[in-house]
Amino acid sequence: MAQVEPIRTHEPFHFSTRLHLRELTGLRAKNLKELLEHIKTVPGSVIYHHTHHFLIQHQYLSPEPPNDFAYWVTEVLNERELGERLASINTCEFTTIRALRNKIAETIEQFLNQKRGKFLKEADEGREFHFIKSISFIFPTPYTASNLKEFVSVLKKITIHSIYFHIFEARLRLEKETNDFSLWLETALEEKNLAKQIARLDPYTHTLEGLRDKIIRLIEAKLGKK
Amino acid sequence: MNTHLKEYEPIVGTQILEELYLLAEKAKGWSVQNINSTSVGGGVAEILNRMIPLLQELGVKARWDVIKGGEKFYKVTKKFHNALHGKAEDISPDDFTAFLETGEMNCKTMELAGDIIFVHDPQPITLINRKDDHKGKWIWRCHIDVSNPDQRVWSFLRPFIDRYDSAVFSAPSFGQELPIRQFLIAPSIDPLSDKNKDLPQETIDLVLQKYHLDLAKPMVTQISRFDYLKDPLGVIDAFEIVQQHVDCQLVLAGGEATDDPESTEVLTKTRERAQANPDIHVLAIPSGSDIEINALQRASSVVVQKSIKEGFGLTVAEALWKAKPVVASAVGGITLQVTHKYSGLLSHSVEGAAYAIKQLLQNPDYAKRLGENGREHVRQNFLLTRHLRDYLLVFLSLFHEGDIIHL
Repeated sequence: MAQVEPIRTHEPFHFSTRLHLRELTGLRAKNLKELLEHIKTVPGSVIYHHTHHFLIQHQYLSPEPPNDFAYWVTEVLNERELGERLASINTCEFTTIRALRNKIAETIEQFLNQKRGKFLKEADEGREFHFIKSISFIFPTPYTASNLKEFVSVLKKITIHSIYFHIFEARLRLEKETNDFSLWLETALEEKNLAKQIARLDPYTHTLEGLRDKIIRLIEAKLGKK
Repeated sequence: MNTHLKEYEPIVGTQILEELYLLAEKAKGWSVQNINSTSVGGGVAEILNRMIPLLQELGVKARWDVIKGGEKFYKVTKKFHNALHGKAEDISPDDFTAFLETGEMNCKTMELAGDIIFVHDPQPITLINRKDDHKGKWIWRCHIDVSNPDQRVWSFLRPFIDRYDSAVFSAPSFGQELPIRQFLIAPSIDPLSDKNKDLPQETIDLVLQKYHLDLAKPMVTQISRFDYLKDPLGVIDAFEIVQQHVDCQLVLAGGEATDDPESTEVLTKTRERAQANPDIHVLAIPSGSDIEINALQRASSVVVQKSIKEGFGLTVAEALWKAKPVVASAVGGITLQVTHKYSGLLSHSVEGAAYAIKQLLQNPDYAKRLGENGREHVRQNFLLTRHLRDYLLVFLSLFHEGDIIHL
């Protein structure tokens, strides 16, 4: 029986990658009031850093801690309830950093309002929150794919930085509606279902290697059916 | 002998190297002149020694020059170093003058030849006075913990710092409100250097025999220069608490750096303090004895870094890379390397350090798990290849504006 070739597109997927540099702002907070003040005014790249850098830096851990604000509030200020609320903000729901920032600020504000008049905990000296900005450098890799088979074979060998870029950075920081993989699968290969399946994954609850495996499995399952 | 990037492949993986080559394409042909104050001893010289040939291999014309200075100058810079770490120092107007005079002499004699001038630490900082006649980009790389600096020295240095194009610090808490861009880059260790490569057991045993150490007794080790900020006397205090319950030996080993006149004094005091205890071994090892340091770390049951202040603490990364359980003070860059109870134990006092050492000596399975987590953390974040990548990114940042840069 002749093997069915996967659909080939004339719009190949170009894999890019992204490396980042951390820029110090010199801004620090020692209590919730200061934290909130800075969260409201710092550049979006700072909010982006503190809600995403753990994905790259602690990639071998299961996906904890979810964001620096939650970690600091819990571990340093010992405000466990607020820490939990901040940790459970679902970053996936937001398509812009602006919206994510508003949600974080709102959560802290509500807590402060409840606490009004009560003693505000201070971080010990040396354990203040330091605001850091993420600088992204995006550049093309030599890898391209024109069909599902090629796509999955590249997925197996590119760096996790490239996967990170196409899944996280493209969607939230470059404000595309979905991740790059789903966008291409849907528009260039007409793989609507597969695109949807990948878009539905909550990437924040996977390690990057775990995410890579999951996407590969979804595509291989699809290829197996053809 | 220089190592080649290809040799890192089994450790960091093909993909990471591939990305490094792609990135380096964007900086190919640039000349980068590194300037510091010593060619041997201390973490800065060590990193530059390994980094320069690899940058060259990536197509960056990297070179390394060392400023000149007399005994008086280095005495002053040592005081600056301590003061920037927050230690009270008696600094006279004469000291500031001596610093500026040597700076001026170096400004006259230093040949500047780089698209990027990369100045390390405060000693050569006044070279920025040449900015007008050398148009390249200037970076000041601060390897010191300046989270709480002595304001007199910091204010003295500020007019120089402010004229650089960018500054680089090793930990988030070192960042200051400055009018220039400041980047966060942790230093790194080289897994293939004599200090970190795998060693055969025979080599380790030979080193232990050479220093008359007991091969059968658990060994607690601190490797660091003899310096008050490394608190060798505090380590002895902690060890003697541990010794009340566990039969073990302590090794305090370190070299003397040429830009560090204080170390002889601290070494003498440490020897005096240790004299009465036969299980404490104070070893002044000549700089460059990297295989011996490596062997001592590998032979240890627990590695300690009880610093009072720490720029980064490369010895911690070295120990973690060897999958050793670490007890370290929660200061400076150490907290980036050790997550308490996950990749080591952090302490804040002599008693705390003693308790943590005891816990690890008596629970080898727990100690092993911490060590293994530590090794993985170092693989991902503190190896030379990551450091090379960050330096290339800083070079590129000098020529690109904005937070999202398409290369």
